[in-house]
Amino acid sequence: MKFSVTVTLKKDVLDPQGKVVHNTLTNLGIDNLKSIRQGKFFEIEVHEIDQKKAEDKVKEMCEKLLVNLIIEDFQINKLQ
Amino acid sequence: MRSSVIVFPGSNCDRDIAVALEKMQFKNQMVWHKESKLPKTDLIVVPGGFSYGDYLRSGAIAGKSLIIDEVIKAAAAGCLVLGICNGFQILTETGLLKGTLLRNKNLKFINKDVNLIVSNNKTKFTSKYELNQILKINIAHNEGNYFTNPQHLEKLKKENLIAFKYCDEKGDINKDSNPNGAMENIAGIFNDKKNILGMMPHPERMIDKTISNSDGVNLFSSLIS
Repeated sequence: MKFSVTVTLKKDVLDPQGKVVHNTLTNLGIDNLKSIRQGKFFEIEVHEIDQKKAEDKVKEMCEKLLVNLIIEDFQINKLQ
Repeated sequence: MRSSVIVFPGSNCDRDIAVALEKMQFKNQMVWHKESKLPKTDLIVVPGGFSYGDYLRSGAIAGKSLIIDEVIKAAAAGCLVLGICNGFQILTETGLLKGTLLRNKNLKFINKDVNLIVSNNKTKFTSKYELNQILKINIAHNEGNYFTNPQHLEKLKKENLIAFKYCDEKGDINKDSNPNGAMENIAGIFNDKKNILGMMPHPERMIDKTISNSDGVNLFSSLIS
């Protein structure tokens, strides 16, 4: 079973990289740009057929290592 | 006094700190991160560098290594623990110190000598310094922007758990003297029991007037006294 995990900085944490990307896109003439937050993306496959169990496993991976819960939020999505 | 320096793949200040410790008469041992036991020790140092190439987040992988369980146990039993630069980042990843180190606000790797003010000199790490003494110590990091939640920040201030703050030559603590955007200009913090110190600046680089200055010496002499 395959999942994606998206990790983003929490709302109240400053994201200087996102800000620079935002400014650069604006300089390239892209208008109507409201905001950009930069994050991380993981694709994770687990040997498990039970979706609930597999999701719990991925959540455990996030909490144990992939995400710094002080500054980051995460979102798990099932891919296949 | 016995010291142990933990070495990870990518540590690069481990030998500098060993030289500093030996110069200050510590009996030092280097401990590879795959060891499952610590030698008998009074001080554990987690050195600077780029453990695991800063993969995932600075200090994240090193913070889960085998030896770290032993460091956590020793710290709980009262052993002194000093984390410098990447070592500070690793200690926050283990949870031994609260908060985290974000990317520098200006997105640049900063390598320069900066002014620090001693905010608490009533600890085993800082007793040989004067309160509010101004030091010049080198920083060299990309993620040194200390961040924590408002409750913990309040606690740091209230319980005197801030060790050093960035300042100017006169000791003024302001935005201009903050190199990396750290909250309240924080350069180093203690845990609740004050037996763990994490700091971004490198005191081990300031132990000899012929190559820099000797502003780092008193940190080590505080520990050994």
